[in-house]
Amino acid sequence: MSAFRGLLRKEALHILRDRRTLAVVIFMPILQVILFGYAIRTDISRIRLAIVDPSPDAATIELRNRFTATDAFRVVRVLPSAGTLDRLFASGAIQEAIVLDGDFANRLARGLTARVLVVADASEPNSGSAMESYALAVIQGYERDIAARGGAVRIVPEARMRFNPTRASANLFVPGLIAFVLTIISALMTAISLTREKETGTMEILLVSPLKPLEIIVGKVLAYLVIGFVSVLLVVAEARLVFAVPLRGSLMLLLGEGVLYILTSLSLGILISSRTSSQRVAMIGALAGTMLPTILLSGFIFPIESMPWPLRAIANVVPAKWFIVIARGVMLKGVGLEYLWPQTLILLGMTVLLVAAATRSFRIRLA
Amino acid sequence: MTAAPAREHAIEARELTRRFGTFTAVDHITFDVGVGEVFGFLGANGAGKTTAIRILTGLLAPSSGSARVAGHDVYTESEWIKRRIGYMSQKFSLYEDLTVGENIRLYGGIYDLSREVVRERTTHMLSRLGLDAATRVQALPLGWRQKLAFSVALLHEPSIVFLDEPTSGVDPITRRQFWELIYEAAARGTTVFVTTHYMDEAEYCDRISIMVAGRIGALGAPAELKSQFDVGSIDELFVRLARPTAGAAG
Repeated sequence: MSAFRGLLRKEALHILRDRRTLAVVIFMPILQVILFGYAIRTDISRIRLAIVDPSPDAATIELRNRFTATDAFRVVRVLPSAGTLDRLFASGAIQEAIVLDGDFANRLARGLTARVLVVADASEPNSGSAMESYALAVIQGYERDIAARGGAVRIVPEARMRFNPTRASANLFVPGLIAFVLTIISALMTAISLTREKETGTMEILLVSPLKPLEIIVGKVLAYLVIGFVSVLLVVAEARLVFAVPLRGSLMLLLGEGVLYILTSLSLGILISSRTSSQRVAMIGALAGTMLPTILLSGFIFPIESMPWPLRAIANVVPAKWFIVIARGVMLKGVGLEYLWPQTLILLGMTVLLVAAATRSFRIRLA
Repeated sequence: MTAAPAREHAIEARELTRRFGTFTAVDHITFDVGVGEVFGFLGANGAGKTTAIRILTGLLAPSSGSARVAGHDVYTESEWIKRRIGYMSQKFSLYEDLTVGENIRLYGGIYDLSREVVRERTTHMLSRLGLDAATRVQALPLGWRQKLAFSVALLHEPSIVFLDEPTSGVDPITRRQFWELIYEAAARGTTVFVTTHYMDEAEYCDRISIMVAGRIGALGAPAELKSQFDVGSIDELFVRLARPTAGAAG
């Protein structure tokens, strides 16, 4: 028992002494929440908008005011004609334009169909469609009000985004970010730290000692489990305080699933380290084997539904995919195990398999 | 510790063999090492020394043959063997980012020594080596680290200590000091099983064996071997034994 405590103490000293790595491990998640939250957000505000209004009158000014009033738009130009729009789009001065017909107010007053052209810069397609739908929403709102005033009943199609009504991208990325951070800490750091012992020869000394292989492994990885757990707490707290990301379900469930996912990643890290003998190879292995799938194939950034079927199939064996479904379920939908048991079971199965494989490959090295 | 060693032998190997696929790394070797003996285990790179050490230290199971280390069977009692031996690898075997004192304390813990025992032995070891417990190991010159690693391998007072090329890369003066430590340990009754590529060190051993292509090519006291093979030095003997095989292999 004192041997095991000694191992834990040793690992803690390694981590505390390696200040640079420690700083990266602690600050990286915090920094990433900020980065993803502000810089890489996929929702759009302050769209630079030009309105082409050839014959201004009360009706068109009211519509223009509606665009001015919302945070989503910043009306940078009001033009009498559409002639200069191409140049403005090309220079990036505007991202979107609303072109009203010359007889817009007139036709509207007579109950005829008034035409509005919405032009969006779709060089970045996601932003393009988002900007388009924002503008349509403003116009529909206006149309609805006129209809209400005129007493006529008009059915306006309405789409609501459930669970993320404001489409805040923070809500979407925080669960994925938790998976990402845990993968780095658990898989990458474990793989590197175990391979370092092999590289320096200290692993042999531990293996020759009366310590059991299991004790050696647990003594190595327990520290990373603790760090991973602390990172989850940090990311959840920061997401809540800075971006007001909701936590609608049980915190305990989220943390429990977090520990399960840490175990999955730890065993992946052990497996990688048992197949490699240098820190560099272990790092490349961990990056290619765990981090890339976690970023690309987990639904963290790119929706799995829109992938071709071979990638969708591969995504099924990426543990992060299942954890992200669970984390989104707990945080955004507020559901519990009654809905999330299939994913939890899959993750549990993966962990059992990986732990078995990791222990086995560690033993093979001995025999 | 039920099985008492059969005679005064620290290590007994009988027809010990280890194959990796079709390659036989250790090929039916038989030898004994007496208690308190300094036994030099020589051989060219790839001759099978490391594999033999890994079998004797319980890191690797033999394919056939038998071996007893400190009276314990390598097949069934490797847990007992691990308690009775010390080991220093050819790679560096201490944690460089820990201090001298922390390394000693760690190994004391691994071998289940009580805190008092560790403290007492640490004081003795540090005064013998002239080291400060608070020094980070990475700040020590290589020769000092090797002396420290050797002393740490002896911390739990093992009956046998395995040294795998302990002095490679160390200057001649420090090597000599290192061998003084080896003799001190042997004088206390510790069996020393050492591999080396320095033939002057081979002459310091009570007995040596020279491995050639997985077999033992020569075994005996350095003086005996020199007269038996009619050579002026162990160096000459080593080259004579190793060369034909190297020619055949290459």
